[in-house]
Amino acid sequence: MSSAFPAMKILQPLSTTRSPEKPLFDLLKSPSSFLGSASKLRFNAQKPSPSSSYSSSCHRPSTIVAVSDVVKEKKTLKSNSSLSNLLITKEEGLELYEDMVLGRAFEDMCAQMYYRGKMFGFVHLYNGQEAVSTGFIKLLKQEDYVCSTYRDHVHALSKGVPARAVMSELFGKTTGCCRGQGGSMHMFSKEHNLLGGFAFIGEGIPVATGAAFTSKYRREVLKEAGCDSVTLAFFGDGTCNNGQFFECLNMAALWKLPIVFVVENNLWAIGMSHLRATSDPEIWKKGPAFGMPGVHVDGMDVLKVREVAKEAIARARRGEGPTLVECETYRFRGHSLADPDELRDPAEKARYSARDPITALKKYMIENNLVNEAELKAIERRIDEVIEDAVEFGDKSPLPSRSQLLENVFADPKGFGIGPDGKYRCEDPKFTEGTAHV
Amino acid sequence: MAVMLQGVVATAALSSSAAFDSKGAQLPTVKFLLERKGGFLVDRSDRRLAVFASNARARSASRLVTNAVAAKTDKSTASAASKIGGHEILLFEALREGLEEEMDRDPRVCVMGEDVGHYGGSYKATKGLAKKYGDLRVLDTPIAENSFTGMAVGAAMTGLRPIVEGMNMGFLLLAFNQISNNCGMLHYTSGGQFKIPIVIRGPGGVGRQLGAEHSQRLESYFQSIPGIQMVACSTPYNAKGLMKAAIRSENPVILFEHVLLYNLKEKIPDEEYVLSLEEAEMVRPGEHITILTYSRMRYHVMQAAKTLVNKGYDPEVIDIRSLKPFDLYTIGNSVKKTHRVLIVEECMRTGGIGASLTAAINENFHDYLDAPIACLSSQDVPTPYAGTLEEWTVVQPAQIVTAVEQLCQ
Repeated sequence: MSSAFPAMKILQPLSTTRSPEKPLFDLLKSPSSFLGSASKLRFNAQKPSPSSSYSSSCHRPSTIVAVSDVVKEKKTLKSNSSLSNLLITKEEGLELYEDMVLGRAFEDMCAQMYYRGKMFGFVHLYNGQEAVSTGFIKLLKQEDYVCSTYRDHVHALSKGVPARAVMSELFGKTTGCCRGQGGSMHMFSKEHNLLGGFAFIGEGIPVATGAAFTSKYRREVLKEAGCDSVTLAFFGDGTCNNGQFFECLNMAALWKLPIVFVVENNLWAIGMSHLRATSDPEIWKKGPAFGMPGVHVDGMDVLKVREVAKEAIARARRGEGPTLVECETYRFRGHSLADPDELRDPAEKARYSARDPITALKKYMIENNLVNEAELKAIERRIDEVIEDAVEFGDKSPLPSRSQLLENVFADPKGFGIGPDGKYRCEDPKFTEGTAHV
Repeated sequence: MAVMLQGVVATAALSSSAAFDSKGAQLPTVKFLLERKGGFLVDRSDRRLAVFASNARARSASRLVTNAVAAKTDKSTASAASKIGGHEILLFEALREGLEEEMDRDPRVCVMGEDVGHYGGSYKATKGLAKKYGDLRVLDTPIAENSFTGMAVGAAMTGLRPIVEGMNMGFLLLAFNQISNNCGMLHYTSGGQFKIPIVIRGPGGVGRQLGAEHSQRLESYFQSIPGIQMVACSTPYNAKGLMKAAIRSENPVILFEHVLLYNLKEKIPDEEYVLSLEEAEMVRPGEHITILTYSRMRYHVMQAAKTLVNKGYDPEVIDIRSLKPFDLYTIGNSVKKTHRVLIVEECMRTGGIGASLTAAINENFHDYLDAPIACLSSQDVPTPYAGTLEEWTVVQPAQIVTAVEQLCQ
């Protein structure tokens, strides 16, 4: 399927006035096509209740048809072997399942460790959004780049950073992936091409754009023919109102950079509902405004995300430019471990809990006889061991010593300058001890 | 292949004849100061400068020095390159020469900024480069400072060596998020995994009635950011040398140029040379007082120096060049010699480079001071448009003369 993305969608103007007669969210007329499958999925918008109480105005359109329904449809259409019509093989399924379970188990352990006083500060957990990370990142090669925000533990794990390194970093130990200097919100890995880990929303998007620029530069200026690295930039719905988002959409489309902008729209920016903050809440529509395809996908379903991701990443690799993918997803926990999470409607949370991506994938694989329960249980046990090992490793690792304080301020420590004695400051033996006065 | 200049030659000669316009018009040709550089070796060159003026401490009015010249002994047989070759060049051309040489040397070096490509740069520092290297290597960006600076950071992290041009340094205020959070911090927060060899450059300072927002001095805003280096160029010689050094440095470097200095003319060596980012430049050795300055104020100081010499003073003028970190060795040696310090800067008074320098000198060389450090900075006002008001905003040579006289009492 070549260039299956519709370049422009016919857009209906959305009614933005809030009155009992006119709902906030108008019916969307044009369908979003689900790529990779034969069927077109209708985007059913549910009218919010006319009483327009606070919680009901946060209503979201109901779900896109679940994958298993699509598969059933396909099955009835073709009567030959059902296995060949499935979206994944057994190996792929197990890989996806393991990655999502790893993400979930890790985050749950983070919460435990936080409340036990092993990690501090702001910790933002990814529970519920695993389908997005797994669906996208598992399609990447080692030399592809991932750029994230502060909700980055699971992106790091999906990209291949060992759980030990991430847990150790969270404990602030010197064996962490950033030597304990970054923390929860600043996960980096040169080996796995994870470019961070950013605390201010939006500031990672230009960095991701830069990585995509390097990829294009290497291909076109340095003439490295084989270089086709793709960059994925992950960020949330709140970021989509930030200037850097729009500026980068423009630049990426302008220069056809090999980047995919992945919006993890979980409807909430701490306590600010996406619908209260955004004039036009449908983020995917902002892609075509800048000259790139905008796609909306059910982010609670890893297989759907994966299908969209395949096309977006392939597009970027072919040099056709960027894509904006809006993943409708949800975080089961609060914004961070310090967030009491009182504003969100329990009914909304329940609705999304029912769409837990791990449960959904499990159901799919078992119903289609890809795996049996025992295999999945084995994975879960293995992951538990990985997590426990990570915690143990973190516990045993040493805390950074004083000498580490100044080591990484400059790549070239001559940047500390020349001292009164004429020698470079960094030659001062006290410098490495961390007691030098700079 | 160009050869790195060897030999220790220290010559600073200032012609006293040419007129100097306080607004920075045509200035006398300044012969350059050559320094021995052993690549980026850590051992410093030993620059011993002999001053001929006798009786340095005697400030009798009878000893009038009519020529503001301090001659130096040559340490090596190599004479000043001004005698054997070199070419005359304007400051913006020197910047471009440095840029071009580095782009030839390393294909990963690229330029990003507004109008740097087809337009050649608003001050022509990148003229002709887009034709030579292509539109991707000399990238015309949309007007989105924060994002293209961030893009340069991302490119630097993934292997390129970008140079970001702020059309005016003031525009980089829009990029403060990326400069502070990402340029300065990512090497540290990534535990040393990613380096950011980026150069951010552009014209700043008070020009000629450009209005408040185009006449900003951002040195003070950026100086506290950990992880970056700041340098200010003031002559074609050091502009080219610092540009090359900044590009070769693995650290993020902010290179401050001045709007009014782009048309300075000087003869620079034909051979390749790179200056040190951390060292200060001795402009005029002296005995009575140390005057520390940088960028355009160097010329106001040198003009004041002429008057001072006529009045019998012997000021030592140092262009600190490295705004962060300070070269405490050169500065310290000078303080130990003269025991009096005057700082002349264009930065604002509050929290400016002068303020930091005052603190650093007080901390390190307190015992050597015979008088409190005086600091002449610009007024803490948004630069007015009116010419007269603008003139009073920045430090003028007359004020420098008065300050020296007061300090030397």
